[in-house]
Amino acid sequence: MRPKALTRLALLATLSRQRARVIIAILLALLTLPALAAEPPAPPKAKAGTTCIESPSVMRRDHMEMLKHQRDDTLRLGIRGAKASLKGCVDCHSTTTAEGRPVPVNAEGQFCQSCHAYAAVKPDCFECHATTPAVKEAAR
Amino acid sequence: MTALSRRQVVLASGAVLITGPALARSPGAPASPANRWGLLIDTRKCAADCTVCVSACKAEMGLSGHDRPLTDAQYIRKIEVRDPVGGKLHSLPVMCQHCAKPPCVDVCPTGASMKRADGIVLVDRHICIGCRYCMMACPYKARSFAHEEQTGQQPHLPRGKGTVESCTLCVHRVDEGRLPACVEACAAKAKGAMLFGDLNDPASEIARRVASEATTRIRADLGLDPGVRYQGI
Ligand code: HEC
Ligand code: HEC
Ligand code: HEC
Repeated sequence: MRPKALTRLALLATLSRQRARVIIAILLALLTLPALAAEPPAPPKAKAGTTCIESPSVMRRDHMEMLKHQRDDTLRLGIRGAKASLKGCVDCHSTTTAEGRPVPVNAEGQFCQSCHAYAAVKPDCFECHATTPAVKEAAR
Repeated sequence: MTALSRRQVVLASGAVLITGPALARSPGAPASPANRWGLLIDTRKCAADCTVCVSACKAEMGLSGHDRPLTDAQYIRKIEVRDPVGGKLHSLPVMCQHCAKPPCVDVCPTGASMKRADGIVLVDRHICIGCRYCMMACPYKARSFAHEEQTGQQPHLPRGKGTVESCTLCVHRVDEGRLPACVEACAAKAKGAMLFGDLNDPASEIARRVASEATTRIRADLGLDPGVRYQGI
C-alpha cells in the first residue's frame, strides 16, 4: 500500500474511534437515565426463618423459567411437591397487614409486583392463581 | 447388622400401604397409567332434593357465581330423568365423566384439553385459548367457561376469565391420597351414594363392585368409556 493511503486510513480510524466514544456516551446516558429516574425495587422480605428454593441471585435470574417448567410438570404429568411451586412462592413471599390480613402478592409494592413494575413485565399468573396463602374462607 | 423386619423392607421399598382409596404419590413421581380413577354413583341413594355434592364442590373449588344459572361455573349438576313408562324419577349428579376416549381432547386445537396418565381429564389453562370447542364436543355438558374476571380463587384451584374449566376429580386431593370433595361430603352429610377408587386395581372396592354388580354409564352408546359409572338407573 502507498504511504498516502495509509495516513488516510489512520485518520479514518481515529475519527471513527472518537465518534464511537461519543455514541457510547450518548447511549450510556440514555440507558441510565430511566434507571436513575425510577427507584430500584425493594421487594418486601420473605417469611422469616425460611430460605428460598435457590440462592437469591439464581432466583432473580431464573425464576420465570423454573415456574414455566414446573407448571407443565405439575399440571400435565401430575408431579407434586416439586420445589418451584407457584403456591410455594405465594406462601413465603406474601405479607400481612398490621392487623394480620393477607396482602395479595401482586399488589402495589408487594413482592412479585415491585420488581415486575420496574422491569415492565406483566405476567398474567395471578388472574387465575390465588395471591394469598390458603386458609381464606371459600368464595361465596 | 440386624435382619430387617418385613415392615422395614416394605417401608424402605416405598410401597407403604395406607388404608384409604388411594396412595399419596411420593413427591416428584408423575401420575401413573397403572391407575384409572373413577366413581361409582348409586342413584338409589341419591335424593332428588339433595345438593350436598354440588355445594361441597363449589366450596372446595372456590366457584363464585353471578346468579346466572346458564353460564355460572358448575363442575357438578343434579339432573332428573323420568322413565316415560311408569314415571319413576331418578336424580343423579353429573360431572365430567373422565372418558378414556374424551372427545374434548380430540377437538382441542392447542392441546389444553388433556387426559392425565391416570385417566383424569383436565384443562391445561395455561394454554387454553377459550375457543370452547371442547364444550361443544362434550356430550355430558360437563364444562363451563369463565366469562368474568375471577376473585377469591382457592390456592389449589387457579381459575380465570377466558378459559374453560370442569371437574378435576379433585386432582389436588387425589394426588395427596384424599377423596374428592363431593364423595367426602356425600358420605358425611348425605347417604354415601358416591364411591371413589382405582378401576384398575382389582382389590379396590370400586373395581370389585364393577366386576360383580350391574353398573351403567350414561350415553354408553357413544363408546367413550367414561370413568364414572352409575347404579340404579
Ligand atoms: C387461566 C388460568 C391460569 C393462568 C393465567 C395461570 N395458571 Fe398456572 N395453573 C392453573 C391451573 C388450573 C393449575 C392447576 C392447579 C393444580 O392442579 O394444582 C395451574 C398450576 C400451575 C402450577 C403448578 C401448581 C403450583 O402452584 O405450583 C404452576 C407452577 C403454575 N401454574 C404456574 C403459572 C405461571 C408461572 C403462570 C403465569 C405465567 C400461570 N401459572 C398462569 C391456571 C392458570
Ligand atoms: C420457603 C420459603 C420460600 C419459598 C417457597 C420461595 N422463596 Fe423466594 N426467597 C425466600 C427467602 C427467605 C429469600 C431471601 C430474601 C428475603 O428474605 O426476602 C428469597 C428470595 C427470593 C428472590 C430474590 C429477592 C431479592 O431481594 O432480590 C426472588 C426473586 C425469589 N425469592 C423468588 C421466588 C419465587 C419465584 C418462588 C417460587 C417459585 C420463591 N421465591 C419461593 C423464601 C422463599
Ligand atoms: C428481584 C426482582 C423480581 C422479583 C422479586 C420477582 N420477579 Fe418475576 N421477573 C423479574 C424480571 C426482571 C422478569 C423479566 C425477565 C425478562 O425480561 O425476561 C420477570 C419475569 C417473570 C415471569 C415471566 C414473565 C414473562 O412475560 O415472560 C414470571 C412468570 C415471573 N416473573 C413470576 C414471578 C413471580 C410469581 C414472582 C413472585 C413470587 C416474581 N416473579 C418475583 C424480576 C422479579
